[in-house]
This record gives sequence, C-alpha cells and structure tokens, in this order.
Amino acid sequence: MSGPQYRLPAHALTGGRIDRDRPLGFSFNGERFTGYAGDTLASALLAYGSFPLARGFKYHRPRGIFGTGAEEPNALVQLETGGRSQPNLRATQIELYGGLTASSVNAWPSVEFDLMRVNDWLSPIFPSGFYYKTFMGAGIGAGRWWRLFEPFIRRAAGFGRAPAAPDPDRYERMNAHCDVLVVGGGPAGLSAALAAANRGSRVILADEQAEPGGDLLAGDRSIDDAPAMDWVAAALGKLDAAPDVTVLRRTAVAGLYDDNFATAVESVGERFGPGAPEHLPRLRLWRIRARRIVLATGAHERPYAFANNDTPGVMLGNAIRHYAGRYAVAPGRQAVLGTNNDSAYRTALLLAQAGLAVTLADARETPPAALADAARNAGVAVEAGCVVSAVVGGRRVRGAKVGRVLPDGEISGAPRAVEADLVGVSGGWNPALHLASHRGAKPVWNEAQACFAPADLTALGVGAAGAAAGAEILADCLEQGYAAGRDAARAAGRTKRTRKPALKTDDGAAGAPIRPLWAVAERRSGGIGGKAFVDLQNDVTVKDVALAARENYRSVEHLKRYTTLGMGTDQGKTANVTGLALMGMETGRPPDAVGTTTFRPPYTPVPFGALAGRDRGALFDPVRETPMFDWHEANGAVFEDVGQWKRPYAYRRGGEALEAAIDREVRAVRNAAGVMDASTLGKIDLKGPDVVTLLNRVYTNDWETLKVGRARYGLMCHEDGMIFDDGVTARLADDHYLMTTTTGNAATVLGWLEMWLQTEWPELRVFATSVTEAYATATVAGPEARRLVSGLDSDIDWSDEAFPHMAVRTGTVLGAPARVFRVSFSGEASWEINVPAHCGPALWQALIDGGATPYGTEAMHVLRAEKGFIIVGQETDGTVTPHDLGMGWAVSKRKDFIGKRSYKRPDTARPDRKHLVGLLPLDSSTVLPEGGQIVNDPAQEPPVTMLGHVTSSYKSPSLDGGFALALLKNGRNRMGDTVHVLRLDEGADPARVVAPAFYDRDGGRMRG
Amino acid sequence: MLLIHCPWCGPRDESEFGYGGEADIARPPDPDALSDAEWADYVFMRTNTKGRFKEQWVHIHGCGRWFTLVRDTVTHEHGEAGVFGGVEPEADG
Repeated sequence: MSGPQYRLPAHALTGGRIDRDRPLGFSFNGERFTGYAGDTLASALLAYGSFPLARGFKYHRPRGIFGTGAEEPNALVQLETGGRSQPNLRATQIELYGGLTASSVNAWPSVEFDLMRVNDWLSPIFPSGFYYKTFMGAGIGAGRWWRLFEPFIRRAAGFGRAPAAPDPDRYERMNAHCDVLVVGGGPAGLSAALAAANRGSRVILADEQAEPGGDLLAGDRSIDDAPAMDWVAAALGKLDAAPDVTVLRRTAVAGLYDDNFATAVESVGERFGPGAPEHLPRLRLWRIRARRIVLATGAHERPYAFANNDTPGVMLGNAIRHYAGRYAVAPGRQAVLGTNNDSAYRTALLLAQAGLAVTLADARETPPAALADAARNAGVAVEAGCVVSAVVGGRRVRGAKVGRVLPDGEISGAPRAVEADLVGVSGGWNPALHLASHRGAKPVWNEAQACFAPADLTALGVGAAGAAAGAEILADCLEQGYAAGRDAARAAGRTKRTRKPALKTDDGAAGAPIRPLWAVAERRSGGIGGKAFVDLQNDVTVKDVALAARENYRSVEHLKRYTTLGMGTDQGKTANVTGLALMGMETGRPPDAVGTTTFRPPYTPVPFGALAGRDRGALFDPVRETPMFDWHEANGAVFEDVGQWKRPYAYRRGGEALEAAIDREVRAVRNAAGVMDASTLGKIDLKGPDVVTLLNRVYTNDWETLKVGRARYGLMCHEDGMIFDDGVTARLADDHYLMTTTTGNAATVLGWLEMWLQTEWPELRVFATSVTEAYATATVAGPEARRLVSGLDSDIDWSDEAFPHMAVRTGTVLGAPARVFRVSFSGEASWEINVPAHCGPALWQALIDGGATPYGTEAMHVLRAEKGFIIVGQETDGTVTPHDLGMGWAVSKRKDFIGKRSYKRPDTARPDRKHLVGLLPLDSSTVLPEGGQIVNDPAQEPPVTMLGHVTSSYKSPSLDGGFALALLKNGRNRMGDTVHVLRLDEGADPARVVAPAFYDRDGGRMRG
Repeated sequence: MLLIHCPWCGPRDESEFGYGGEADIARPPDPDALSDAEWADYVFMRTNTKGRFKEQWVHIHGCGRWFTLVRDTVTHEHGEAGVFGGVEPEADG
C-alpha cells in the first residue's frame, strides 16, 4: 500500500480537525498504516485511497467505505483480537488510537482474494429467495440438501466472529435523571440544550461522536460571520460550565422506552484500545429517565441507485464533504457528484477548493441559480438535468457515466463517459427518526421533501428539531432547536423566561426543492449493465425489489423478509426508504402506502458487555452464606447452590470420595448423631390476633387446635389446589407464630402472605416479617442426639416427657436466647436449635466438640427419602395435590382454605391421577435415574405410554441398595407391580412398586 | 420501562415493582356454592383487555405495598395508583 496520498494539506477550509502533531500507527488486515489523532479508522484508511476493505454479503463484490457514521453499510470490521475482540464495528465510528488492530469481517479467505466472488458470476441463478427456494422448498430431499449446505452457506454469508475468550474489560452502568434529554449535539441539539439550560433545567446532552458539532464539523459553515465551530465551542463552554448540565460525548442513545426512559452507551476506555487506563471502564451504559426529550438526531443521506454503485470509491456525497472538511481526506483526484437536491453543492465547493476536478450532475432541470453560479465560479462543471447512471471499475472507481434523465426517469440516449476516481451520490435525506419509532410512532410521509418525518410525539413528551424534523437549512436547525429546548424546559416545569439569541447563518439564497429520484439504469434502461444496489449491506438490488413485486411480496414486511432489505447490522439506514419507494413505483403506490419501517432498539448495536455491566462472574447473582460458612469451608464441605445460598452438599474427610462421604454421614445420623446447618430455611415471624385465621386460610390443615409450645407441619397450595410450599409452623405465644418455609421459597411465601393480607383480607391483623437471616439453625439428629444436646449449657429440659416430638421450647443455649423445635426431617429424634445468627458458629462448634458428625444436603435427601418425606419442587412440580402425595391427612374437611374447592374439580378428583409411590429396582445395585420416565412395556411401539417419572433416587446405606420415589399413574392401586424406568441413554430398568416409605414406618425412632 | 407512581414512595422505575395481574378478582366468599365452571372462571380466567386495564402491582423492592393501577395495554399510558382496603398513605410520609 502506498502512502496516505489522499490526505489534504493543512489550509483554511480543509485543514480538518485532526492533530497532525500526533501521528498514530495502526494495522488493518495485517498491513501497517498511519493516521492522526482525531481520525476515525475509516478516515485514516481513506487517506490511502478507496481500496476494497470488505466483501458484499451475497455476491462478495469488493466494497469500500460508503458513509461517515452510524449509517455505514460496508465498512464492518473486527476490532482487536482475543477476548477483547469485537465483531461488526463500523470503521466510520471507531476513533483511531495508536496500535489499533482491525480486520475485514466478510471475506473468505481474504479481502483481496475472495473465493465467494463466484457467487457474483453465478448471480443469475442466485435471485432473491434462492436459498429457500432451492434448499427448503417442497422438493424431495430439499431439507437434507439444506442441512448439507447450511454450514457452507452460513460461512459464506457470515459477518464477524464472536470472541471465544472471556472479555478482560470492565463495563459500568449509570442511572441518571433530568428535566430534558437532548439527543444529538449538532446545531439543533446544542441550541436546544442551551435553551433548556438557560431556563434552569437539568439537562443531559448526549452526542455519539468524538466531539459534538454534527454537520458543522465539516468546517465549511459559518455562524455570525465566524466559523461555525467557534459557535459550537462557545456553546459547549456554556454547557460544560452550567452546574445542572451533563454533556455526554461519545454517547449513543440506543433506545427510547415508556415514560421517557432512554438507554445510552458511552464509549469511555474504548477509544484508548487495549492500553486504556486501568481505572476506565470500556463502555458505560446510561439509563436515563427524562421529563422531556428532544430528538436532534439529524438525518441520514440516502443514495440513488445506479449500475455498479457498490464499487469502492462510490460514497455518499455529504460523507465526502465530511472526510474532506473534518478529516482532511479526499480519496480521489477527479470527483463526479450526482444529486437531486441542494446539499451536494457544499461538497462540490469543498472538493474544488481542495483542488479536485469536480463534475456535479444535478437531476433537476433548473438547479438553483445562486448555488449553480457559485459552483461554476469555483470551477465545478455543473450538468443540469443529469444523473450518474453507472460506474466503471471493479475493485475501485475508474470512471463514471453521466446521462440526461427524462421527466419519467428514463435516461435519454447514451450516457457520456466521465473520467473519475471518486463518485459521490446524494438522493435526498432521511430524518433519523429511529428513536421516535421506538416509542411506537408511525413516521409520516412528506411528499414535498420526499422523506418520512417523525410523527408528532408532543403528547409523550418527545419533540424533534433540526434535520431530524426535516429542517434543510442551518437557520431552521438553530431555530427549531431553540424552540424545542425552550418548550421541553417549560413542559418540565422550568418557567424562567429567556431571550432567544439572534444568529446569522450562511444559508444564503433560497434553494430549490428535491427532485425525487430512487434508481436509474437497471430498472428501466436495460443495457447499461451492472448491478444497481439498494441495500449494500444485504446485497439487495433494484432488480430484487422488482422481483419481489412480481412475486407479490409487496408489503414492507414481505419485501424485507423476501429480499433481506433492511436487515443486518445497519438495519437499512441508507436503504429502507429507497426500497419502499421502488416498491411503490413497481406497484403504483406512494411509499407510505407500501408501509413504513418499524425501528426497534438498539439504534446501533450494543455489546453484551455493556448490558451486563458488573453483573458477571462472582457478581452475577448475590451469594448468601450462613453464619457457619467459614467452618464448612475449612472442613471439607463441597457446596451446592440452593437459590442464592451456598449449602454444604457433603463434607469430605481426607481423600474420601464424595459418595463415601455421603454414605458415612447417613450412617452417622442413623447410628449416632449428626448435625446439619439448617440456617437457610425460610423463617417468617407472624404476630397479631388473626394469625390463626391466616394460617387456616393458607394451609390445607387445621390450626385452631395448635397449642402454645407446639409445632405443626403444613402444606400450602395455590387456588388450583396444587402444592407450592410446605414447612413447620410453631406457636410461640397466643398471638405469635414462627413459620418456616423451604429454602428456595422464603421470599415467595412471604410475598404470597402479603398479597392476601393486603389485597384480599386487609381486615386481618397480622404482621409478617422475614427473620431468616436473624437466626442460625443447627439440626441435631440421631439416636445419640438427646445425649448430645443434654450436654449443652442450657436451661431447657430435653427429656421426652418435657420436650416431646413436635414441641417447641424457648430458653438459653450456651448463654444465647434459643428457640428449639423438636421436628424431624431425617426420621430420627431431632432438635432444630435456633440462636441469634452471630451465636451460630459457637453453637456449631459445641455440637461438633460433643461428637456430632456434620452432614450435608445430600445425606439429608437420602435420610428424608428413606422416610418418604417430600421435597417441594422435587416430588412436586406445580401439578401435584396433597392427595396425589398420599397426604390427605393434612387436608382439612372442616374449613375452607386456598385451593380447597379445586379438589372437587373432575380432574383433581380423579382416582387414577399420578400418585407418589416408592420404587425398588429389581437389581438392588441399580440407582434409577431421577427424571427417568416410567413405562409398563419398554418394548412397546412408539409412542410409548408414559406413566410418570422418578422424582428422587438414591443409594441407601440403610437398605443397602437403590431406592426411589416416583409419581406413577394410578400408583397407589399398583402396589407390587413391576414397571420399567427408561434410562437416560438406552434401555430400561425393572422396578417394583412399593409404598413410599422405606425406613421405620411407624415413626418410633423420631418420637423416641 | 414505566415510571410508576407508588402511592407511598412516589415515582419509581418499573424494575422496582412486581406485577400482580388483573385487579378486582375477588375471592368468592363461599367457594363450595360455585359450579365447577364458576370456580374455574375465578381461578383461571382473566380478561385480555386491549385498552384501559385495571391491574395490581406491588412495590416489591421498595415499601412492599400492593396497589392498583389503570394502564392502557396498547399505549402503556397509566394513571394514578389506587390503594387497597381503604388504607391511605399519610399526607406527608
């Protein structure tokens, strides 16, 4: 690659806003380049000429840089490598930094030699819908062909690659509130922010570029007879100095949501690349709530289509102006500009001043005299009534054809060849109304300006100003911006009166209206040859739109899906309106009758990292640890996550295998004494005279009879009669109860009680308070447990007479106030000792010192399953009633409760529902798979009759073999039958249906 | 994201709230007196309103109180919140 030969020398108008004293080296596709601070990757590359840096999506034709900002369809790059790599960034929006590394995304194997170019030569057989017609149609074996070719097609059509390594960068999230959010820092946005700030509003101005100024950054405008950028600098000075104004530079508003909530992404460390200062996040996601919003988002220039308009060197006209004026880059010597409106004249003047030979083809028969004269005086060849009809070249522009365009759009006669190495095209302007569209507003077609304008969103507190609202001249932008900012401040309650500034602009003599023009060449004037693209990113041609019309895909939604027009990372910013207009011409309708595009957030792609912020890794979800966590960790605990809690699953001693540890823990509880950390159980303190009424309504069983000092097990159901929680509730005093819930459901149950208390039964006098974290709970269980707790320093009488099963006692343990529940989930005599959380470690240590074996959740599961005790969420799944579990004993017949009426519904009353049963595998060494489906006959021809599934399955040290709990259709009436449990891979295991209780069926041990 | 006016805490982001579905679904005083169809209507059936819809919300990550809100399901416009059971927030909480 030769040097940056297209960088303009520094002089008054084309000196640019780059810092020539700060050259920056970077690499693109492995080659070394140099740009300057202030460049984008695109401008720095363009200084070397309009070489191909991408390949078309479908035909793999060479593509170059086309625009200057978010609208860019071609110049997608993969930025950096490794975990930091980002795909599909627009080179036009990447600020250059020293050492930057980037590569093309859509070229295989390389941008210079692209194998897929064959698609272009074969394009007659690749029309719209080709893949689907060929591979997914109704033909025999079409699906198989698709499966065979899909990976190849996907690779051929791929954009960038998601990084495989973890992202080493940090992202942040900020919440902000303001009276007025101004989106866009061009003349309208700055004017709006000033007006709102002058009224004393809290203002946030978000501008996506490295520096605000918008169109004024091109450097060829003046305000009050001085360079317009002086006005920008003064405006920013005022805004930066104002105490209640935040100017967010490099911040793209990505989405607008209900009640004027906006999300925006600020580029912070990103512009420094991998060498960014450590303290800076890469990106910062702003969540902004504004009373009023002013959209000053500007407009995107659109091209008109002509043959080979995708050749590198064909660019948007105003993009060329910005590269020349802002970045001092003009990638050519001989420019041909095609336009149908006034805006290209500034481009022509600037290029002429920079020394280029310029031809300006204006489709209008009578261009505005003042503009045309000024251009001619500057040496521009103005050709009225003419269009660019084709480009000659291939890998870059080598010439253009300019022809006379007739009133009906036909080219008159043979077009004239013009020498050119740079072609600019301006087909009009599309207000950037994406954010207004996020709020659900359908754009409105403006016939005179041939564009969609945003609908009036005043009622939602959203206003638009400047080019975003269709303004075409600078004076209107400043004026509208001021009015929008003032109105927004007023509506936000800021009534301080201010004086409107009178600004003189260089808009000059009145221009002429646009001559709508969407495509030349291919559509009517066959014979010119070459593809004319509507959507450069998705390789949709004028012909494709006509084909869609012929095949009756005429609505905007069908057009999009059939041709892919408007899809991809640019979402058709330069293509949509042209596509609609062409479809309208094909079908004899105005563009808005074809439909309008519904834009959805985000405006430009947002990296996942920015959305995740700090919520990743260890901070993804809160971690809850019990007071005894440190002991567990120091003593071999293997943890499992139960909700957010870390619970010991088992404690491994020395080199012990996990299974051996579980086995040992189960035996310790059955034969001696074990201790489990049960602190995570949900605990809800209930106080008030109506607690018993509440309990009667939310639990299936009866609570009138529960005496002070006693505890009872209860099942909680929804109104559909299905179990959603269970637990033991104790009566501590006449009007004071303590409810326990399952670990995972603590918050849900509290919310459930509160909902009923507040919305349905406000007359009940009950306070419900979560006290889960206030207590540490140690459950001591086993034949030696009583001896062990009796040895604690305590005033509690632990004898069976004084403290029987299902009793609760308060007193002191080790000097700490304690509540002790004698309840059993293991089937052994068992005491749950609750002490204030900070006393938990001391209690735990005392029990260990007394000889208790710590056991984890898996031993607990085995112990309870041997007893046939259920776990909500394991034996139940939201479709299981108490009767299904054989727990009709816990369902009151005397009172009403939530869910009771549902047991009379025919389906819940069926006698052959799925019932909880026990399963014993015929081969006792088998452990049936949890979740395994139960069938009568594994050899049955599919569809096999499914009878239920295994809910819990373990190897039992007590039974010396595998056993399981299961939900089995009509199970209680099938005792003794043999059923088959399908393995997760292949085959099935036979098992005998038994009662769901395997150990100490009369419960003598836990009462002992 | 809606900006919901909690009657007790004032305007807060929607993310602080839990959604409770259609409001004014009163629990039948005597469920046993209902036919299966009537009971099923109470348990399962909700109107799928297009337009103004009275619903209940809870300020779950705030004061924990339930309240009602009329929201337009098409435009998301919503009005003042209502309270349950005649419990009014204090004038100057």
